[in-house]
Amino acid sequence: MLEQLPLYQQLILTLAAMVLFTSFALLAQSRVIPMIRIFAWQGLIVAATTALVAYDSGKYDLYFSAILALLLKAMFVPWLLQRLVIRLGIDHDEHGAEHPVTVLMAGAALVIFCYYVAQPIEQFSSSITRNTIAISMSVVLLGVLMLVSRSKAVAEVVGFMSLENGLFFAAVAATHGMPMVVELGVAFDVLIAAVIFGVFFFHIRDSIQSLDVDQLNHLSEREE
Amino acid sequence: MTALYLTLLIPMCSSILLGIFGNRSWAAKFNLLATVAAFASSVWLALNVLNHGSLGGYTGQFRVDSFNVYLIALTAFVGATTAFFSLPYMAQEEANGRLSPGRMRLYHASYQGFLFTMQLAMSTNNLGVLWVAMEGATLATVLLVSLYRTPEAVEAAWKYFIVCGVGIALALFGTVLLYFAAAQVIPDPENALLWTVLSAHASSLQPAVMAIAFVFLLVGYGTKVGLVPMHTWLPDAHSEGPTPMSAVLSGLLLNVALYAIIRVKIITDAALASGTLHSPHMAGNLMMGFGIVSFTVAGLFLHRQRDIKRLFSYSSIEHMGLMTFAFGLGGPLATFGGLLHMTVHSLTKSAIFITVGHATHIAKTQSIDNIRGLIKTQPAVGWGLAIGTVAIAGFPPFGVFTSEFLLLSATMKSYPWLTVPLLTGLAVAFAGLFRHLHPMVYGDVPEGQQKVEANMFPVVVQLLLVLWLGIAIPGFLSHWFDQATFLITGSHLL
Repeated sequence: MLEQLPLYQQLILTLAAMVLFTSFALLAQSRVIPMIRIFAWQGLIVAATTALVAYDSGKYDLYFSAILALLLKAMFVPWLLQRLVIRLGIDHDEHGAEHPVTVLMAGAALVIFCYYVAQPIEQFSSSITRNTIAISMSVVLLGVLMLVSRSKAVAEVVGFMSLENGLFFAAVAATHGMPMVVELGVAFDVLIAAVIFGVFFFHIRDSIQSLDVDQLNHLSEREE
Repeated sequence: MTALYLTLLIPMCSSILLGIFGNRSWAAKFNLLATVAAFASSVWLALNVLNHGSLGGYTGQFRVDSFNVYLIALTAFVGATTAFFSLPYMAQEEANGRLSPGRMRLYHASYQGFLFTMQLAMSTNNLGVLWVAMEGATLATVLLVSLYRTPEAVEAAWKYFIVCGVGIALALFGTVLLYFAAAQVIPDPENALLWTVLSAHASSLQPAVMAIAFVFLLVGYGTKVGLVPMHTWLPDAHSEGPTPMSAVLSGLLLNVALYAIIRVKIITDAALASGTLHSPHMAGNLMMGFGIVSFTVAGLFLHRQRDIKRLFSYSSIEHMGLMTFAFGLGGPLATFGGLLHMTVHSLTKSAIFITVGHATHIAKTQSIDNIRGLIKTQPAVGWGLAIGTVAIAGFPPFGVFTSEFLLLSATMKSYPWLTVPLLTGLAVAFAGLFRHLHPMVYGDVPEGQQKVEANMFPVVVQLLLVLWLGIAIPGFLSHWFDQATFLITGSHLL
């Protein structure tokens, strides 16, 4: 089945699998600097996929998206995060989830669920799109899982940004990129979001003397 | 077209200017001036649409039709009245030492930036740009929520950022899927996210993909609407941010997010109409479900609130749930009621938040237990709060009553059994609001409670408009409502 596909589609599927793998690696990683490195690798794979799709489809504006992804996701955001982590002096803290095994099992269950949701699309489209849609949906939901399972602000931001990688991957692999104006707007939003996250690290540290956002629990509907 | 560009450019340029000069003494006045100018150009735009019908501009990237024109004018109007309120209010906050000039600059720039993203979200024809603008609205307001830098404010802002960020990311995934479905039937991919093109080709979009896309879009934008269970950011952000921001968040942002859902619902409905895979009313049923759950849960939560701004933000969730239910129910009567409800809720709720801002200055606290005797201390504020709450609780002759009545009649027609939870919910919400309201406006005046300099003009204007809409809807507005109803449901009401 797989060897009947053209070489380029096989490559895309391989890259998709690698993106999914990095998502799981993020989910399992508890040290913050390696976490940021894995995130940068994920950005690099997404950028490579974009370049590959651009080459194959002959849509040259996608090269532009690939460069944008490379600069933003593989270089700027990881660089910014790493710099902030070192400046805040939290590079040796434990950032892991409380029950890593449960989280990984839940992640596997999410991937199966995504394939189940993408199943109906099969009748209409080639198997490669179905796979890439299922995988990018998995990456998005694994990002959400990472967000909810971690208690440190930096790990949450990495989860958020990896979720965004999943979205970008979906746009590139399943639909050959969004219209240019949309891609530029999304990239702009991501850039601003990364900067605001950076600002927030300092606000949070100033208000609770740590970056453990589980301590941000004053506002709730509990009776005092 | 000039009018539309002005409506967009005025807040955009003001945001940049205020980002540079926002700490000067004239900044607050300039902020007000810019919102008034934006309102004037939106009225001009509305007149254009009234005389010439829908407008599209810049090779179809913008579109103003009867569905969004009045929302654009409403946004500009509430933006202007809130700026009018914010001028003395924020000056007093600065005088109380809660804010530094640097923060005032951030406040003014964010205020205008927020208005710009709202207007862009509504006037764009491109569903991708709509997403970018919705995310931009989060980014513009997140630093406003943490403006006071208290631990609670930082917590609220972080929650707002993460919850809305994830929500809106899911909406982007929905948009990608929508584009995926569209790219197969629309020849020029650059136009495949334009709403007009999508709705022309809607019946040939793959139902399987559209169903998944709609679920993601509903959950994503629904987070910003404040639908339960994605509502957790809303009471926190409303209670910890500055009051003018609570007014525009409740009055405008929630409406715009709901507007986005309705736009995609129109396309999804057409795509699923022929499909055998899903029920043709899948989109509507989902919205009804989310709507009624939000409505009920928020109504119950009203009873246990201790913070006055949290109280009214739960009331916003309740009303957004009601509107989502109305649009989910479908049919001309419910849709017309939903459109009217969007307008009157926005006017009433922002008026209430303005009054609440004055009330918290009088009592020097947001805690409901310590706000007492408003009518005796300052009758204008006390009566403003009482009348606003009466209006939002759905008493005749205010506009909220009219729209809720339309919705109830529509429910009675198509799902009679659902009128029971609706009426119960309205009664529960009414009780929840009034048990808190009564001691706040009538109770004994605490010692040393002083009048404050209150600016009740916007409240009076907005509540009078709500009263007017409850007694008689002006012809041009009912024409737009009717046109929009036709756009959404395919049949006229009037």
